[in-house]
Amino acid sequence: MNEGRREIVQLVFALVGIIFLVKLFFVQVLDNKYAELADGNAILREVEYPFRGLIYDRNNKLIVYNTPEYDLNVVMKDVKNFDSSRFCTVFQLTQEELRAKFKEVKGRKKQYSPFKPMLFLNQLSHVDFARVQDHLDEFPGFYIQARTTRAYQSPTLANALGYVSEISKDNLARDQSGIYKQGDYVGQSGIEAFYEEQLRGKRGVRFKLRNVKGIEKGAFKNGEYDTLSIPGANLYTGIDVDLQQYGEFLMQGKAGSIVAIEPSTGEILSLVSGPSYDPTLLTGRNYSSNFKLISNDTLNPLFNRPLMAQYRPGSIFKIAQAMTALQEKVITPDTRIPCTRKGMSGGIVACHGTHTNEDLRGAIANSCNPYFLNVLRRMVNKGVVNDTYADTRVGLEEWNKHIMSFGFGNRLGIDLPNEKEGLVPTPAYYDRAYRNRPWKFSNIYSIAIGEGENLVVPIQMANFAATIANRGYYYTPHLVKAIGENGKPLPQYSERHYTTIDSSYFIIAVDAMQKVVEEGTGLRARIADLIVCGKTGTVQNAPPLFDHSVFIAFAPRDNPKIAVSVYVEDAGQGARAAASIASLMIEKYLFGGTKRPHIQQYVLNNKFE
Amino acid sequence: MSREVDISGKLDWVSVLLYVMMVALGWLNIFAAVYDETANQSIFDMSLNSGRQLMFIAASVFIILAIVIIDMRFYETFAYIFYAIILVALMMIPIIGKEVGGNKSWIGVGSFGVQPSEFAKFITALAVAKFIGSVGFKMDSLRNQGILFGMILLPLGLILLQKDFGTAIVFMSFLVVFYREGMSPFILIVGISMAALAILTLMVKNQWYLHGIIGVVLVLLIFFGKRTLKRILTLTFGAVILILTIESFDYVINNVLPERHKKRLEALVNPNFDPMGINWNVTQSKIAIGSGGFAGKGFLKGTQTKFDFVPEQSTDFIFCTIGEEHGWMGSLLVVVLFVFFLQRIIFIAERQKNRFARAYGYAVASIFFFHFAVNIGMTIGLFPVIGIPLPFFSYGGSALWSFTVLLFILLKLDAHRSQVLQRI
Repeated sequence: MNEGRREIVQLVFALVGIIFLVKLFFVQVLDNKYAELADGNAILREVEYPFRGLIYDRNNKLIVYNTPEYDLNVVMKDVKNFDSSRFCTVFQLTQEELRAKFKEVKGRKKQYSPFKPMLFLNQLSHVDFARVQDHLDEFPGFYIQARTTRAYQSPTLANALGYVSEISKDNLARDQSGIYKQGDYVGQSGIEAFYEEQLRGKRGVRFKLRNVKGIEKGAFKNGEYDTLSIPGANLYTGIDVDLQQYGEFLMQGKAGSIVAIEPSTGEILSLVSGPSYDPTLLTGRNYSSNFKLISNDTLNPLFNRPLMAQYRPGSIFKIAQAMTALQEKVITPDTRIPCTRKGMSGGIVACHGTHTNEDLRGAIANSCNPYFLNVLRRMVNKGVVNDTYADTRVGLEEWNKHIMSFGFGNRLGIDLPNEKEGLVPTPAYYDRAYRNRPWKFSNIYSIAIGEGENLVVPIQMANFAATIANRGYYYTPHLVKAIGENGKPLPQYSERHYTTIDSSYFIIAVDAMQKVVEEGTGLRARIADLIVCGKTGTVQNAPPLFDHSVFIAFAPRDNPKIAVSVYVEDAGQGARAAASIASLMIEKYLFGGTKRPHIQQYVLNNKFE
Repeated sequence: MSREVDISGKLDWVSVLLYVMMVALGWLNIFAAVYDETANQSIFDMSLNSGRQLMFIAASVFIILAIVIIDMRFYETFAYIFYAIILVALMMIPIIGKEVGGNKSWIGVGSFGVQPSEFAKFITALAVAKFIGSVGFKMDSLRNQGILFGMILLPLGLILLQKDFGTAIVFMSFLVVFYREGMSPFILIVGISMAALAILTLMVKNQWYLHGIIGVVLVLLIFFGKRTLKRILTLTFGAVILILTIESFDYVINNVLPERHKKRLEALVNPNFDPMGINWNVTQSKIAIGSGGFAGKGFLKGTQTKFDFVPEQSTDFIFCTIGEEHGWMGSLLVVVLFVFFLQRIIFIAERQKNRFARAYGYAVASIFFFHFAVNIGMTIGLFPVIGIPLPFFSYGGSALWSFTVLLFILLKLDAHRSQVLQRI
């Protein structure tokens, strides 16, 4: 009756053993997933964050440095006897904020673990930390983690420096280097973004063994795979912080920009964007709320005008016209053109001042509009082709070539992100603008005096002044002159760019610009014992707004040390605000201060209306 | 001629050797499970589990000697008295017991605690075997079957009251003994079907789907088969039984079973169910075992068990240490040892000359098998996490002693098998 039952029992026992061995073979031998998971469990990859590089000015004054800041982490498993009202008092939170915080921590989907440190409050300042550190032992489960944040010696140069903040989801997704992960800090604009690679340094990694509570149990394989962190490179900029601050002081209450360049190197001495903001606002705990505040400001302080504002250049462009015409030999320095006080029939372009029949230098000094209309007409209608339309096209192409060689119409390639290119209208541009209907000189003449379709950014204007100062070449303007102490700038900044104009013609421009300051439209830029060369510009604005006030200058005439462009929006004639500011900047840089307090008062107090 | 010399020649030395090997391997792995490289620990350190386990092993030697010395008739004679005593002890626990790890199953003796439920295993085995071996016993008698089920359900129920679900269901392993001694396999088949239905009930959230399927199958069976009244009635009756079973399971799962067991059962049928919560143990256990590879990480070189990723790594999850540090080769050794050990016990049981000894042998084999199957099954995710130890490997005095007693009573009976009267 019970035959075969013994065998059945024995078979079942053996069968279970075999099932186990097969399943174990799959889990242990065939599937590698578990080994990886085990490493992920027990091997802690601890990243050692390097110090971000510091930023200095040209006199080795510190501009940007690192300061410690503190994150408060919580290990939920270790929280015991939590006194919420005491916690709120110490950390200056309301009960609602505290509840919301706990809810937020527990709601972090995949990330949340009661065993691991979770970020609870981020970026406590040094002051906050000092207040809470003595009370930390009252709250088991809460730990402080130190990291560093950016700090600034003075609230200056905000737009050029940029800021550092947590990497955005989009940028993280786009990052090909694999260096960043969520929560990492990264340069977001300005130098911080452009030189991110140099500033960030190299992270160190330590592999540690840990148990389930995250408690460390020594180095993995005696630290064989560990790497040390390497601090980021310090950056030595060409900025003169004193000059920069003076420029920002002069620009207060005004919109516009000041760019100062050392012509012999292309190093930017100051890069003022008005209005600006205090860079300290974009560090630490209040980053988000401050960022919202600044970016919603109607005056747009985050808009870096020196590189991003595209303006019509106005009369400063006449010097480029003169150079181009001389090179094309359509005029000589002695060519005189009578000033009819109206450039075209109908008097569309008027003139000003008392001049009547000037040569080239005189025309520049007096900024004679009809003179340069004629010059451009000679340039673009040389009669090489019979058809006027086709002739204009050929002439404009030649004109484009020369103008663009000054760096207009293209990005110069400064070491900051978001530089704009401006606009030099080409035949193709006019074809588009006129929808392929024919156009000729009478359609495009306003470009002769820097109006019309021309667009230039302030950095290009300063570079233009530096080019004239150098008598025909420029170095691409750049902020950082050395990466690391005794280092070099990026290679592209050691390269001279020549214009298509013979350097001999630049002497005429220099003469004329000297005359502008000494006896022409730029009298306010005169400085005793210094030969300043400059050129005014007054850019038309739609009434009732005032014209934009423009001035470019360099000094001294021989062996120039500084080239400046100033653009003040809605401030009227270039001879007034812009010329005054430019000359004060030159004076400050060369002599350390101004001997003309009345000019400084004039800039600060006059509303330019 | 001394009694000990007399017996030593007759003890089944194959079983003793297997026993010694398993206990020794267990001891080494108990040391490895919590080994801390930085602490310069000794396996003999009394503050460690391994040191204490060595003490338990030493005590086992005395237990073995005692079992061997005591007259073989003692076990059968006093089986019912022991059984009564253990039932009383189990009943006392809710009053004087102390709670350890969620189970109130310990009775304290100074700093040591013992678990009466561990000893209930071999005592019930003796009592059941004695009843089966009694004169005139017939398995086909419903009365006898009722008594036998009563004998296992009494301790089972009492242990269940201590919320020690794992130890309680060990008593179901006696069904194998009943089967061997002539009980109709129908009960086993029904039992397995019930288990399958229980799992289906868990897997299918809405039991009306199951009812629907049963209904459709019923209609199809009636429609396509011989449509005699008897057949239709039988099928309908079967279907009603099935539906009632599902309903009662649903009721048990939702209303009777403790929440954690319910979740464990749910976790079993759905491996993706809450992997960092209720399935955390199984997830970590599988990671530990799976990371061992073919040859393992080496003795004391594991990271998952000693760093506490695996819970209960010295007791219920001791197999993880073996799997992690010795890989599939280690698993193979342990599984082969167990299967060989079980086969040996069946072999010993079958060579007994009376029903009492044979039934007891089967009880021993079934209890070991149940522990082996459920314990290793749970560590590799084939079984729900039910906290029962792996015999001889898991840390713990009560468990080791109870398994030792269980085995050595059988070996003692076996040594004297030629002295008993044929009663089969």
